Amino acid sequence: MGCVFLPFGEVNDLKIAIIGAGIIGSLIAREFTKYKVEVEIFEKLPDVGWGVTKANSGILHAGYDDEPNTLRAKYCSRGNEMYTELSEELNFKIKRTGSLVAAFNDKEVKILEELLKRGKINGVKDLRILSRLSALEIEPNLSREIVAALYSPNAGVLAPWEVAQAAVENALNNGAKIHLSTKVESIFEEGEKYRLRTSKGIFLFDVVVNAAGLWADELAESAGVKVTPLHPRRGQYILLDQPNVVRTVLFPTPSRAGKGILVLPTIHNTTLLGPTSEDLLPIEKEVTETTAEGLSKVVKKAKKLVPLINLSKTLRTFAGLRPENDIKDFVIKRESNMIHIVATRSPGLTAAPAIAGDIVGEIVEKLNLQKKDDFHPIRKAIPKIVDMSDEEKEKLISQNPSYGKVICRCNKVTEGEIVEAIRHGARTLDGVKFRTTAMFGRCQGSFCMVKIMNIMRREIGENFEEIVKNFPNSHIVDGVVR
Amino acid sequence: MKRLEYDVVILGGGAAGMGAIRGALSQNASVLLVEREASTGGVLNQCIHNGFGVRVFKKELTGPEYHEMYLEKLKGFDAMYEATVLDIDSESRLLKVISASGIYKIRYGALVLATGARERPFEALRVPGSRPSGIFTAGLAQHFVNLENRLPGRKAIVIGSGDIGLIMARRLTLEGVEVEGVYEIMPYQGGLTRNVVQCLKDFNIPLHLSTSVVKVHGKERLEGVTVAKFIDGNPVSGTERFIGCDTLIASVGLIPENDLVDKEIEISSSGGAVVDDLMRTSVDNIFAAGNNVCIHDLVDFVTVEGEGAGQNAARVAKKEKMPKRVGIFKKGKGIRVISIHYTTATIPFKMYVRVDHPMDMAILRINDTNLKTVLNAKPSEMIEFTLDPTKYNLKGEIELSAVEAKR
Amino acid sequence: MSEKTIEMTCVVCPIGCNLKVTMDGNGKFLSVTGNKCLKGAIYAKEEVTEPKRILPTNIKVVGGELPLVSVRTEKPIPKKLLFEAMEVIRTFKVKAPVKRGQILIKNLLGTGVNVIATRTVKMDKGT
Repeated sequence: MGCVFLPFGEVNDLKIAIIGAGIIGSLIAREFTKYKVEVEIFEKLPDVGWGVTKANSGILHAGYDDEPNTLRAKYCSRGNEMYTELSEELNFKIKRTGSLVAAFNDKEVKILEELLKRGKINGVKDLRILSRLSALEIEPNLSREIVAALYSPNAGVLAPWEVAQAAVENALNNGAKIHLSTKVESIFEEGEKYRLRTSKGIFLFDVVVNAAGLWADELAESAGVKVTPLHPRRGQYILLDQPNVVRTVLFPTPSRAGKGILVLPTIHNTTLLGPTSEDLLPIEKEVTETTAEGLSKVVKKAKKLVPLINLSKTLRTFAGLRPENDIKDFVIKRESNMIHIVATRSPGLTAAPAIAGDIVGEIVEKLNLQKKDDFHPIRKAIPKIVDMSDEEKEKLISQNPSYGKVICRCNKVTEGEIVEAIRHGARTLDGVKFRTTAMFGRCQGSFCMVKIMNIMRREIGENFEEIVKNFPNSHIVDGVVR
Repeated sequence: MKRLEYDVVILGGGAAGMGAIRGALSQNASVLLVEREASTGGVLNQCIHNGFGVRVFKKELTGPEYHEMYLEKLKGFDAMYEATVLDIDSESRLLKVISASGIYKIRYGALVLATGARERPFEALRVPGSRPSGIFTAGLAQHFVNLENRLPGRKAIVIGSGDIGLIMARRLTLEGVEVEGVYEIMPYQGGLTRNVVQCLKDFNIPLHLSTSVVKVHGKERLEGVTVAKFIDGNPVSGTERFIGCDTLIASVGLIPENDLVDKEIEISSSGGAVVDDLMRTSVDNIFAAGNNVCIHDLVDFVTVEGEGAGQNAARVAKKEKMPKRVGIFKKGKGIRVISIHYTTATIPFKMYVRVDHPMDMAILRINDTNLKTVLNAKPSEMIEFTLDPTKYNLKGEIELSAVEAKR
Repeated sequence: MSEKTIEMTCVVCPIGCNLKVTMDGNGKFLSVTGNKCLKGAIYAKEEVTEPKRILPTNIKVVGGELPLVSVRTEKPIPKKLLFEAMEVIRTFKVKAPVKRGQILIKNLLGTGVNVIATRTVKMDKGT
């Protein structure tokens, strides 16, 4: 009959679905929670940031690698700059280590000069080519065979999964919802809305953002949107328990295969070698196995850059997949109120905050979204005893004695931190690991795994038999002895 | 910040640490133990098998029995349990320790490092393939079975023939887990012969030498491994074989734990604390004993080392003048590990060595003199001997070597 | 009758003497060489006649600080009985507190050998 008048403020808020809780999806979700909308995140894996986000080099690139007039060039250096404020709001660590691209002969120096030119066009600040001696001064363990190096002080390192975790926590704190272990199988347009068919039921949304990483192309296809097809590009890595071998991110001169095999200091004071660059078939989007050839290539190339790396200090090896397409650039396709973000290959991590800002900005303008006045930008990190002064440690322990009980003795992670990680969403051993760095160290969990499982049992109420490493069938134990 | 002061502070309450407590108490020193677990004993608490105490108690005991019986000898020491050392300042003789009661700054007259060893994780081997659950170091599997009452899986293979792996092969078999075999990359066994006999031969568990894993399979939980023959550390193409299993037990080496002091004291190339015959490190008031000096086979030897370290630490704490080092040991041909690197040549002391390859008959020599003949010498079986400065010239450079001979 | 000689390593102590054991055609022990002490000779005879082993394992604890108490047979028992012994031990439960040395199973499988606790397990304060 007449109109129904809803009390002011209870207008049905627009419902926005973000598919994929990797670094891009999570930053977009967080950005949307600044507005009066309902945000729901769908993540097919059991935890956030476990896809492409989890297994890459963790580098904030300066921006000289990207050809001008590509989306990569558009977003890379801008995203790099945005990380300073973002890391302060979301409380994750970044380290501006700087980077060096090493040239071993005159042909390679010519490539450095091209990168310098390109960097200037892309707006990269403070880029310069250093002589051999100047480069070795910055990086004493770099191979003495180099002839010159391109130096960028703005490059840095971080732990990409920490960004995704922090962004999701902040988004949830600001009213977003998340569906973990929920795979979005297809998107249907239904009038002005979108129907998401997922492994846990059907959901209806007004706006859909597809940030599904390796599967973004298939998801776009299900919605009838044509985007560049993706294939996985595998990168194999070796992680060394060797701190202070290099101070900057070290690159060889890039080739057609990509940026090359690097040697870099991680945010956790370990040294990372890799990645290889292997193009796999589209059906191989879950092939994260390492290979003998790949690992030996990493060793060979890394030793060329830094002869002093000590392989006997290997902590572990792993491989990650990047979503690659034929044009080697991001593809952002809009179709009414759907946005598909495809092929977020290198420098996707660096570009993420800039992409998130732009995408959300577009939708805000298009749909006239209202800003909230009670958005909380700061996310409180899990306290880290090892980073505190003695006074801070004493204060925290007197409030909560479990911060005095060291559980992971390689990295000095305390019980208080592990309990807090569980409060921040950890439900698997990897969930605890990637929120605290417990089990990241020299003993790879053989001393602390049982203790962590006992804490999980107490805090979550799971039996030992139910506790998994990461995926649903990755149980640790199988039955009782007596 | 709480401040404490003791004559002797001992880091680690396992076998070596308990020995050090006894040694220090015997000199009437004030003793503080800093232990990261809730009790003493270290790995003895999970080593429920027998083979301990033949020397010290003249009985063959299990690990827990050895621990309790030795603990009964220790009276009059202070202990901080579930306490972890954050920092050692050897110049000021200060330790920073954290526990649920807060932060402690502890001043020591002398320090004994009895921090033991850790296991090399399987991941450190860089074996290609996937990274599923179901992969355990032998010690972790032992902890699950003996202390947490949990089985690691149902069908296991053991990589590495070190003692802990052999012990776990038996342990798991007795609990109904199928142990498909033990795979050792070297052409000889890694553990004691008694363990090969009592853990493998007794149960018909095959020991495959010169064979190791080249690939791991399984997305979420381990599904199997591919093994191949190895020559000189390299896999031989064409010898690959797939073994279905859900559990991998890795017994691929022990590494001395010296991360707290590796900038403060001299460390050997194998990661052990370098000590002299007083168990003193390169710092006059820091002593070390046990697996963090060199990896031992018999806990009885560790106890003796610990007692010596504790006694001498107490003497230093009481400002006794200690003899200087006058001799330095060098590893000659045939020797892989020596436990003592320097000597004061004052009193007879025990030295432990390992040969670098199996020898039918090994003649241990000190410089040009024959010292001891050992039949069936193996790298996995430590050789013990006493060096008496009145019988041998222990000044200057002393070369220890092992010459192979046929019987 | 044809004699047979086999080689084995004595495991009684760390020396690990290489033993040569001679048996008659029926497998009956005749002699041993290579042993440095009498224990080796006894071991060799037992190994070919009726090999024995100490069995270390655990028994379930009810109401204790730990779920299991480590145990062992007080003396070696015939090797051929190990698995049967495990079946029996599996059925046992003991209430905390348990004292080290406490006999938990008397005369295991009629061997005359007891199963004793090898550690102390206190009562769980929480329960």
